[in-house]
Amino acid sequence: MEKELHKAIEEITEVAVGFGLDFFPMHYEICPAEIIYTIGAYGMPTRFSHWSFGKQFNKMKLQYDLGLSQIYELVINSNPCYAFLLDTNSLTQNKLIIAHVLAHCDFFKNNVRFSNTRRDMVESMTSTAERIASYEKLYGKEEVEQFLDAILAIQEHIDPSIVRPNLLAYEEEMEEDEIIVPKTPYDDLWDIDKKEENNSAIRYKKKKFPPKPEKDLLLFIEMHSRELEEWQRDVLTMMREEMLYFWPQLETKIMNEGWASYWHQRIMRELNLTTDETIEYAKLNAGVVQPSKTSINPYYLGLKIFEDIEKRYDEPSEEMIRMGVQPGSGREKIFEVREIESDLSFIRNYLTKELVEQEDMYLFEKKGTDYKITDKDYRNVRDQLVSMRVNGGFPYIVVENGDYLRNGELYLKHGFEGMELDPHYLEHVLPYIYQLWGRPVHIETYVENKPVLYTYDGKRNYRKAL
Amino acid sequence: MSENQNRNFVVSQENWSLHRKGYQDQQRHMDKVKDAIKNNLPDLISEESIILSNGREVIKIPIRSLDEYKIRYNYGKSKHVGQGQGDSKVGDVVARDGKPANQGPGQGKKAGDQPGEDYYEAEVSLEEVQNLLFKELELPNLQKKETAEILTEKIEFNDIRKKGLMGNIDKKRTILTAIKRNAMKGKAQIAPIHNDDLRFKTWDEVTKPETKAVVLAMMDTSGSMGNFEKFCARSFFFWMTRFLRTKYKTVEIEFIAHHTEAKVVTEEEFFTKGESGGTICSSAYSKALELIDQKYNPTRYNIYPVHFSDGENFSTDNEKCFRLVNELMDLSSMFGYGEVNPNNRYSSLMSTFKKIENPKFRHYVIRQKKDVYEALKSVFQKQETPV
Repeated sequence: MEKELHKAIEEITEVAVGFGLDFFPMHYEICPAEIIYTIGAYGMPTRFSHWSFGKQFNKMKLQYDLGLSQIYELVINSNPCYAFLLDTNSLTQNKLIIAHVLAHCDFFKNNVRFSNTRRDMVESMTSTAERIASYEKLYGKEEVEQFLDAILAIQEHIDPSIVRPNLLAYEEEMEEDEIIVPKTPYDDLWDIDKKEENNSAIRYKKKKFPPKPEKDLLLFIEMHSRELEEWQRDVLTMMREEMLYFWPQLETKIMNEGWASYWHQRIMRELNLTTDETIEYAKLNAGVVQPSKTSINPYYLGLKIFEDIEKRYDEPSEEMIRMGVQPGSGREKIFEVREIESDLSFIRNYLTKELVEQEDMYLFEKKGTDYKITDKDYRNVRDQLVSMRVNGGFPYIVVENGDYLRNGELYLKHGFEGMELDPHYLEHVLPYIYQLWGRPVHIETYVENKPVLYTYDGKRNYRKAL
Repeated sequence: MSENQNRNFVVSQENWSLHRKGYQDQQRHMDKVKDAIKNNLPDLISEESIILSNGREVIKIPIRSLDEYKIRYNYGKSKHVGQGQGDSKVGDVVARDGKPANQGPGQGKKAGDQPGEDYYEAEVSLEEVQNLLFKELELPNLQKKETAEILTEKIEFNDIRKKGLMGNIDKKRTILTAIKRNAMKGKAQIAPIHNDDLRFKTWDEVTKPETKAVVLAMMDTSGSMGNFEKFCARSFFFWMTRFLRTKYKTVEIEFIAHHTEAKVVTEEEFFTKGESGGTICSSAYSKALELIDQKYNPTRYNIYPVHFSDGENFSTDNEKCFRLVNELMDLSSMFGYGEVNPNNRYSSLMSTFKKIENPKFRHYVIRQKKDVYEALKSVFQKQETPV
C-alpha cells in the first residue's frame, strides 16, 4: 500500500508539473479520522484552545461516525505544504485528493491574494497556542476564554488589503479636518460663483478620529482601546495575524475549489486507472462537484467558470479576436485568471449570460414561509453572487468615530448595500465589542431601507431610527 | 520521512495517539453546555420537549448561549443564489421555512438556510436535569408511617475487594489491573493474569423501609383554565412525581378534575380535556378526602394533595374550602396550592387561603412558564418549617 501510494504520488506530481502547475514541496501526512477532524475544526494542525473548536470538532466527528460526511481534502497553505490523508482512504481516494491538493497548493503559491500570507504559519500558530496557554495559567482559563469569545465575534473585521500604505499611521492627536455647515440648503447656489475660500458658511474645525473610516476594527481596538491589558493586546495581535492568514482563503473560496476540481479532473484523466478505480473515482468526483438547489457549491461553480473561460479563449468569438484574443489561448488564460483574480472579480468578469442560463442559476427569496425563485435574469444573479462575496462574505463594517459624543464612544457604520444585518446576532455582538472597547458602542445600519442606530451602553441594547 | 526527499515530496505517518486536542476542547465545550443547562434551569424545567417526552431519557434542548455570534446578514431577508436541473421557473419553491426542500450534500441541519433558528441543540439526559433540580428541593414533613416498619432487604453490589468468591469476579477490573501491571513491565497486554490482579465484587445488605406516597393531583378544568395554565400544572406534576419517586419506593398519582363537581379521571383526560362552567373548588377537596378514606389510609401513605387553579372560585364556596383544606392537612404530609395567574387578577381563593397558618400549607402564584421552577422550589423548599 505504501509503495503504491508513493508511486501514485510520484506519477501525479509528474503529470501536474507537466501541466504547468507550480507548487511548494509537499508533505503528505497519513493520519486517523480523529486527527483529520481535529485539524479540520481548527483549520491548522495546532491552534489555541477554545470551546468553539471543540464544538466544531464534535459536530464533524459525529457526522463522520454516522457515515454522513467525509473530508475529501485537507491542505494547509504553508511551505512546505501540508496535506492530510485519512488512513482509511482507498488508493483511488488518495489519488483524487493528491491531484486536488496539488492544485490548491499551486493556487496558494501563485494567486496574488496569497502573496502576503506567512508560509510559516504552522509554526507561528503553534507558538500562539503556547502563548495563549501560558496566559491561561497566569490569568485563569475563564478570563482568557471570555476575552477570546469577544475577539472571535469580530475577528473577520480586519483590513486585508494587499497594499496598505500606512498602518493606522495617524497620530493620537488627530488630523484636523474642516467641516462646512451650510446655513440653508441653498447656500451652494449663492456660492456658485465664489471661490471656496470666501463663502459665507460657518466654518469650524473638528478633530476627526479616525481621520478616514477605518476598516480594521481589530487593529483599531488594539491600538486605541483604554480597556485592554498588555496580554490582551498581545492576544489581539496574534488573532489578527491568524485572520490575515486565513483571509485570502475566504476571498477565493469559489476560485480555489474550482481550480482544484478542474485540475483533479484533468490529472485523473491522464492516469491509468483500472475499471474499478474509474468507477470509484467517478462516484467521488460526482459527490464533490454537485450543484445545489439552495446554495452555491463552490467546487461546481468554480469548475464551470474555469472550463467556460478555457473554452471561450480556445475558440474566441469574432469580437474577442478583434480585442486581441488568440485562438487556443484558453489554458494560458486560466493560469492568468488564477493568478490575478479573487472570487469577486472572477464572478464579475467571467460569469457570463450563457453560463448562468446553461447552469440554470436563479435567485430565490423568502416569501411567506417558502423560499421561492424570484428572478432568473443573469445580471441579477451575477450581481447577487458578487455582493455575497464582497468582503469575504462578511458585512462591511468601518469605525466611523472613535470618540463619538466626545465621550470616547465607538461609532461603527455598516456599509449597507441591500443586505440587512441579522438583528438578533447584532445585539449579541455589540456587548462583545463593548467588552473590548470599554465604552458604549453604536452601529449604524439599515432596516427596511431606513437608517437605524443600534447602541449597547453596557447594560442593554437600544435601537433608534436615524 | 522517506527516501523521496529529492523528489519534492514527503509522506509520513506520525504517531498521533497523544494528540488529544480535539477531545480536550470538546470537553471545554461540554462543560459550557453543562453550565448553560444549570443557568437555564428555570427555562428547562418547563421545556415542552421534556414534559411531553413521555419518559424518553435523552432529550434535545436548544441552548442559545452557545451560539458563536458574529455580525452577519439576515438570511430570511436576503436574496440567495441556487441552481436548478435546467427547468426552474420563477415562482418555484426551493425550500420551506425550517425545512429546506433539498439540502446540500454533506451538510446537516444548518444547510437549512435558517440562521435565525440554528441554535445549538444539546442532548441532555433527563437525569442530568433532574439531579440539578432535585439538589434544590427537599421533602417537607417526612413522616414515618406505621407500615414503614416493614423493611425490605436488598443486596447491593457496591464494593470491590481483592479477595472473594470466584463467582463474583469483576472481569473488567481484573483485566484492567493485569494490563496496568503488564504495561509497567513493558507490554500492555492482558496475559498473564496473576492472582494479585484478581478483583471481586462484594455486596452489602441494605434494608430500606417500604414507603409509599400518593399525589392527589387536583385541577380546575373550568373554562377559565387555558392551555398555558394546564401546561404549568402539567410541568409541576411531572417534576413533583419524579421528585417523590426518589424519596419513596412507590409513588402513586390520582387525578381529580373539577369544575363545579369533581371526578377522578385519567392522566390524559386530566391534561387535555377542558370544560366550561363555573368553579367550585371544595368539590375537589371532598373528592380527595373521599379517596383518602377509601384507598389511601394515612397510616400507610404519605399523602400529597396538590391543587392547581386560576383562583376564580365561587365566593360562597371559599368558607367550605378553608374547612376542607384544613381537614386534608390533618391527613397529609403537605398541601400544595398552585395558582396560575399570569395577569395578576384578584383571586378570591387565594385571599381565603392567606388565613391558613399551618406550615403544611404551601402555595405559589405562577405568572409565567419559568415560575414552575420557582413554584417547585417554594413548595419543596429546604428547611423552613419547624419539625
